[in-house]
Amino acid sequence: MEYKAFQPIFYNITRINKATCELQCHMASYDEMAIIHGRLAQVVKIVGNQVTLQVFSGTEGIPTNAEVLFTGDPPLLKVSEDLAGRFLNAYGRPIDNGPEILGEPRMIGGPSINPTKRERPSELILTGIAGIDLNNTLVTGQKIPFFADPEQPFNQVMADVALRAKADRIILGGIGLQHDDYLFFKNIFENAGAIDRIVSFINTTEDPSVERLLIPDMALTAAEYFAIDRNEKVLVLLTDLTLYCDALSIVSNNMDQISSKDNMPASLYSDLARLYEKAVQFPAGGSITIIAVTTLSGGDITHAIPDNTGYITEGQLFLRRDAEIGKTIVDPFRSLSRLKQLVIGKKTREDHPQVMNTAVRLYSDSANARTKLENGFDLNDYDKRCLSYAKEYSEKLLAIDVNVGIEDMLNTSWSLFSRYFKKEELAIRQDLVDKYWKN
Amino acid sequence: MTTTATIKKGTVTGIISNLVMAVSDAPVAQNEICYMHVGEDQLLGEIIKVIGHDIYIQCFESTRGMKVGSTIRFTNEMLEVTLGPGMLSKIYDGLQNDLKKFDSLLIKRGKRSEALDSESRWHFIPLTQPGKTVQAGDWLGEVKENAIPHRIMVPFKLTGRFKLKNLVEEGDYGINDVIAVLESEEGERVDVKLWQKWPVKKPLKGYVEKVRPFAMLETGVRIIDTLIPIAEGGTGFIPGPFGTGKTVLQHAISKQANADVIIFAACGERANEIVDVFTEFPELDDPHTGRKLMERTIIIANTSNMPVAAREASVYTAMTIAEYFRNMGLKVLILADSTSRWAQALREMSNRLEELPGPDAFPMDLTAVIANFYARAGYVFLPNGATGSITFLGTVSPSGGNLKEPVTEATKKSARCFYALSQKRADQKRYPAVDPTESYSKYLEYPEMQNYLHENISSRWIDMVIRAKDILLRGREVHDQINILGDDGVPLDYHVQFWKAEIIDFVILQQDAFDTIDAMTPMARQKYMLQLVLQICQMEFDFKDFEEVSAFFKRIINKLKQLNYTTFESEPFKKIMEEYTVIVNEKRIA
Repeated sequence: MEYKAFQPIFYNITRINKATCELQCHMASYDEMAIIHGRLAQVVKIVGNQVTLQVFSGTEGIPTNAEVLFTGDPPLLKVSEDLAGRFLNAYGRPIDNGPEILGEPRMIGGPSINPTKRERPSELILTGIAGIDLNNTLVTGQKIPFFADPEQPFNQVMADVALRAKADRIILGGIGLQHDDYLFFKNIFENAGAIDRIVSFINTTEDPSVERLLIPDMALTAAEYFAIDRNEKVLVLLTDLTLYCDALSIVSNNMDQISSKDNMPASLYSDLARLYEKAVQFPAGGSITIIAVTTLSGGDITHAIPDNTGYITEGQLFLRRDAEIGKTIVDPFRSLSRLKQLVIGKKTREDHPQVMNTAVRLYSDSANARTKLENGFDLNDYDKRCLSYAKEYSEKLLAIDVNVGIEDMLNTSWSLFSRYFKKEELAIRQDLVDKYWKN
Repeated sequence: MTTTATIKKGTVTGIISNLVMAVSDAPVAQNEICYMHVGEDQLLGEIIKVIGHDIYIQCFESTRGMKVGSTIRFTNEMLEVTLGPGMLSKIYDGLQNDLKKFDSLLIKRGKRSEALDSESRWHFIPLTQPGKTVQAGDWLGEVKENAIPHRIMVPFKLTGRFKLKNLVEEGDYGINDVIAVLESEEGERVDVKLWQKWPVKKPLKGYVEKVRPFAMLETGVRIIDTLIPIAEGGTGFIPGPFGTGKTVLQHAISKQANADVIIFAACGERANEIVDVFTEFPELDDPHTGRKLMERTIIIANTSNMPVAAREASVYTAMTIAEYFRNMGLKVLILADSTSRWAQALREMSNRLEELPGPDAFPMDLTAVIANFYARAGYVFLPNGATGSITFLGTVSPSGGNLKEPVTEATKKSARCFYALSQKRADQKRYPAVDPTESYSKYLEYPEMQNYLHENISSRWIDMVIRAKDILLRGREVHDQINILGDDGVPLDYHVQFWKAEIIDFVILQQDAFDTIDAMTPMARQKYMLQLVLQICQMEFDFKDFEEVSAFFKRIINKLKQLNYTTFESEPFKKIMEEYTVIVNEKRIA
């Protein structure tokens, strides 16, 4: 953003908050970018000649006679092949000591995709993790978050998924990323030799929190460039969107808006949907798949952030520590991939849907047996078999460190069935039992 | 029909997201539509509040780049839809733009597309003769649209009686051809074309009376038809936490329901769900007519990333189109997913208007708005003696899965069927996860409906349904007892009661929406299965211990589930029945 000749400059600032400034001005347009005291800001409210600017890097030290320039443009990202392999900040500027990005400026947070121009997602994404591939199969063009408590290894799992997913392009949006995690991603991508496929937009905990609002839009604008202009299969990783929502609430609070549930702005659903709905499969082959992280507080999914997220995304992957086997597992009850129906039993083996459901139902029976045990009741033979089955099912299939092919996962399931159960306890279609039951 | 003498203009004075503040010298009306100029684009908006000189407008499109001082043009009209042949199979946005007519991948703001196809020709057959006296809503003729006789009606905006001066003969006509000329008592001449317009927020009436619903609307979903039936012209809602299968259930109903026209209002939901519908429906057959499902379907797509204000418009657009088809004497079913998103859109706007908030920051009049909307459904008699109906089924997405939140509470007061989706049943993969004891259908208590079931299914049907519900309730009670007291701590009979309830659960309630045979169960088969299951529930058995009870009933359930996957009354079906009878007789006390 450079100064243009004869550009009007304003000095009359009338109000300064933690994240916003108000000034008197008669020429601002809604959503445009401005520069106040050398910092980037965006017009978020205009009433008469009072203009409210959201200052991304915070208002510390801004004087009442600060210089304000309006750029006339909404926030932009320059897109080109040059993005590949680069680490950028929330404004799309390099943080890796490399050269400035050259390319065509694109408006971020642009219009939505015409639903009739979408194609139904149908391409499997295989991750090797049975808790995902077997129970919650992912598909290109899907949007799905990990719901996890802060102590869980979600960033590691996400990096594994990204590297195994065979995407043409991976775009990482680090929102309030711990500096250590930033280095983790950098290392793991470099070690995998994948760095040229990756574009990263990074805001760490050291950066101002309101800047986080720009990261997802930057990442998704880059994703649209690769998916639409270059027909690539793009995987977008956004971690952690809870911090994005926190930034939204800071701004809404500074603008005196009435908050709804859990102090979140009333528009939270729309704000999140606007991001997640960028996930798409195009008929021409390009696609955007979004895998995000929403951190929870004590596993509470009724909080406004995971709750609204769950209604928007196509399922969720719920990580939980299984004390029985001492490993983190993908929880088969709370996890769900809505798009799995498009591929399981069609792109995978025919018995996949029924095997998946039966395995989970039996696992649920084991939970009942455990309740009985905890309440001090005798277990019957079926209960005992369920408990042994559950332990092995957790270890061999649910644990996130499992890395096998989908056929193996199905075969393992059948051998667990035949080890612990009778054919009629499965309630699986007879022709499948006849074909796959392991004697 | 309206005349605009002068162009009314105004000026923008403020912008907060999709709320635009403006002033105008001209008089303006509440809910009047206006266009706001931003560069080359003209953005559509609706007046939602006026205080003194200040006009508050909700903008249906992105306000990015708008400036104070921008020009506004007011139209003197409320938000209207265009009604006429060509709407079936269309995918509209919330403002009735035909989305397929847009060329670019991204929806550019300020772009409009025509709702009907001006090029298409329709074969018109007159249904009356010149010289007759007619009034709004009377059928002048019909064109065949897919399998549906699309009646061309006297425009609903006309008031009073008219003389039919002229009516064209049978033949092919375009949308904009004049097919009839009317003359009012004052001698004013009115041209009638194949299309007309109607403001979405005003109920389109034109019927003689609305009666209490009395007939069942078959959906092929067992837990609904058998246990919690919805009436034709009735209302129902499906609240459920995310992941409990609201959408799968709605899609199943939309595929199988015995209706002439299905209107899908995707209100603030996922775009991929609409993609599902327009990918699948052109391939799938309507089980009642054998034609393609898409032929009877209209999609109103306001996906969650589209502008919020158009979400409210989308449900009204859907309802108005439904009312138009109803007045042709057709059975219309509207599925709205989800009305919570609409309520949230109202909340966002109320918040920006700085209105005093009600519960959970929703506007105070939320209950009234929802009640008025649900009241537009119903079963009606038309002036010519024909009948038509609108059945409305909405989903609600309660925040945090809490059924005490304002939208669920408000909807509960308006809708007569309540299909509570249970997280617990979903976790156990017992789909559809409708809770059989929490959910209810008020229509089962209607004498008219009881009479209908009595005549059309069986004179014992209601008794059977009540019995099945009692067994389920008892099953739940004994299950709690077993959990508290332990398997050994309860009489053996408790185990038998529990497992009898499990049979109903597994065989009647649970249904595989992705299996070609199990997905849809016609009423005759539902009757057969309920009889079969109640039979076994009435039998006495001889068991040694509770382990034997569960082993026996699991075998029974397994057989009956195989039955659900098999074509009704086919050879394999009969074979499974024989095997089933053998198992039953092993333990049965004769």
